[in-house]
Amino acid sequence: MLKFEHVSKRYAGGGDALLDVSFHLHPGEMVFLTGHSGAGKSTVLKLAAVIEKSSHGRIFLDNQSFNDLKTSQVPYIRRKMGLIFQDYKLLQDRTVFDNIALPMVIAGHSYQDIAKRVRAALDKVGLSGKEQKYPQALSGGEQQRVGIARAVVNKPSLILADEPTGNLDPVLSAEILHLFTQFTQVGVAVLIATHDIALINRMEQRVITLDHGRLIRE
Amino acid sequence: MLKDNPRSQKQMGTHEPSFNTQFHSYLDVHAQTLFSSLGRLTRAPAAFMMTLLVLAISMALSSSFYLLVKNFQQLTGNVNASNQISVFLKLETTPSNVAKMRERIMLDTQVQSVQLITPEQAAAEFKANSVFGEALDALQKNPLPAVLVVLPKSSLEDEQGLNALITHFEQMPEVDSAKSDIQWISRLRAIIAVANRVVLLLSLLFGMAVLLIIGNTIRLELQDRHQEVLITQLVGATHAFIRRPFLYTGFWLGFLASISAWFIVTVFMLFLRQPVQALSQQYSGSFELAFLNYTETFTLIGFASFLGVLGAWLVLGSQLHALESE
Ligand SMILES: Nc1ncnc2c1ncn2[C@@H]1O[C@H](COP(=O)(O)OP(=O)(O)O)[C@@H](O)[C@H]1O
Ligand SMILES: [Mg+2]
Repeated sequence: MLKFEHVSKRYAGGGDALLDVSFHLHPGEMVFLTGHSGAGKSTVLKLAAVIEKSSHGRIFLDNQSFNDLKTSQVPYIRRKMGLIFQDYKLLQDRTVFDNIALPMVIAGHSYQDIAKRVRAALDKVGLSGKEQKYPQALSGGEQQRVGIARAVVNKPSLILADEPTGNLDPVLSAEILHLFTQFTQVGVAVLIATHDIALINRMEQRVITLDHGRLIRE
Repeated sequence: MLKDNPRSQKQMGTHEPSFNTQFHSYLDVHAQTLFSSLGRLTRAPAAFMMTLLVLAISMALSSSFYLLVKNFQQLTGNVNASNQISVFLKLETTPSNVAKMRERIMLDTQVQSVQLITPEQAAAEFKANSVFGEALDALQKNPLPAVLVVLPKSSLEDEQGLNALITHFEQMPEVDSAKSDIQWISRLRAIIAVANRVVLLLSLLFGMAVLLIIGNTIRLELQDRHQEVLITQLVGATHAFIRRPFLYTGFWLGFLASISAWFIVTVFMLFLRQPVQALSQQYSGSFELAFLNYTETFTLIGFASFLGVLGAWLVLGSQLHALESE
């Protein structure tokens, strides 16, 4: 479903962040993307989320090439994926409910649908009853779970997570990864960038390792 | 133009809602952003009130100048001006020559009637109507000339015809001068034309100020909510979706400011009404001060709201582009 073909990325005024990277992510698959700091993990996710454009090579999502994507099409591509960030990227002046509802409001669902799905997502991440709280009133782990609920509320086929457990203790990290495995069971593909080797070793999943922008091990 | 394109969404979305739900929730979102953008404005009441007042004062200034000119125009429209021409003959003209002159003018095809006021009649009238009447007695000779009051066929509207007639009379050797209301009426008309131009220019200037103030307010608001805009884009918002609340903010600013401007102008006029009436009575007139009528009020509100949306639109175009290329 997500396919990188000989992708390179050079930032304006920087060196090569990615060099000739190819991989294929299938539905229902969970893949860890790892490597040292600065290896290019975040760059892979940014390219996949159309936040950045590749310098060379082709990227496909469900056979749609990102190379000939118009700016006006980008929002609709993003609605097919759920993005999760290390710093959560929540709206601080909106309640948990409104934060999670955002992707559905944007996509134009009815209020009833939104309420139902937001509740379900909250339930899934174990935050029922906190929907009227503001993000500041939540712990880091709880905020990350709000971010996850927001990413999955629109039933995306692909989840991209950049260091989702970077700020969490091992117990919380394990819980969050457990959540991700649940999503893969309903056919969602999950790509997780992390440098937490211990975590990866525990999971026994496919691992892609980057080193200075090159894919060195699958 | 605000609507997300449902077709492109159909092509690509996996879990898109039906068109009907989309349409209804589209209306919901509009109604909701309309009021949430108002709510956001009133959340910082001091800044909001100040911006609103600056806008309202700009609008009130141009509106009251417009009203001033309109009232002046109405006042001069009420004045009893006539198309009569007073032809003053030279002092040395003999009574028989005066009679001949009268005959001659009467034969002019452009003249309807001529009335003669002899120097004696003029003196008598002057004595009756003026406090300086007695001064006239002190003089040995009557200083007043004979006057022919000519009623031309052309009306006051025919400025050219009247002026031609006046020049024609003034060129006669027995005539000292010829005067008519048309001279000051056309001067007045020229002044009003200038004043109308000034109103137009001022409105343009103040309109520009309103556009800039609203644009700048939106720019600051956008900077304030920079993070929010970025996050919203990351979860699939179109440009239209992001623009919407800001356009509403622009609308509210223009709309509320014009309503405040209307109040300011109305209070102004109420304040002026009494003394203007008193003044008008001094001239035994019945002049009624004109306020902003319905059409003018709706034009003001409509135009201000439009400027608000336009100001926001212009700023969003450049700012969102800048955000994107970050
Ligand atoms: N916006 C940017 N502009 C220039 N260079 C960048 C930018 N983002 C990342 N880089 C560079 O690209 C390389 C890969 O970065 P990144 O993908 O963030 O690595 P990782 O997430 O694995 O730590 C690094 O050398 C980094 O300095
Ligand atoms: Mg990174």
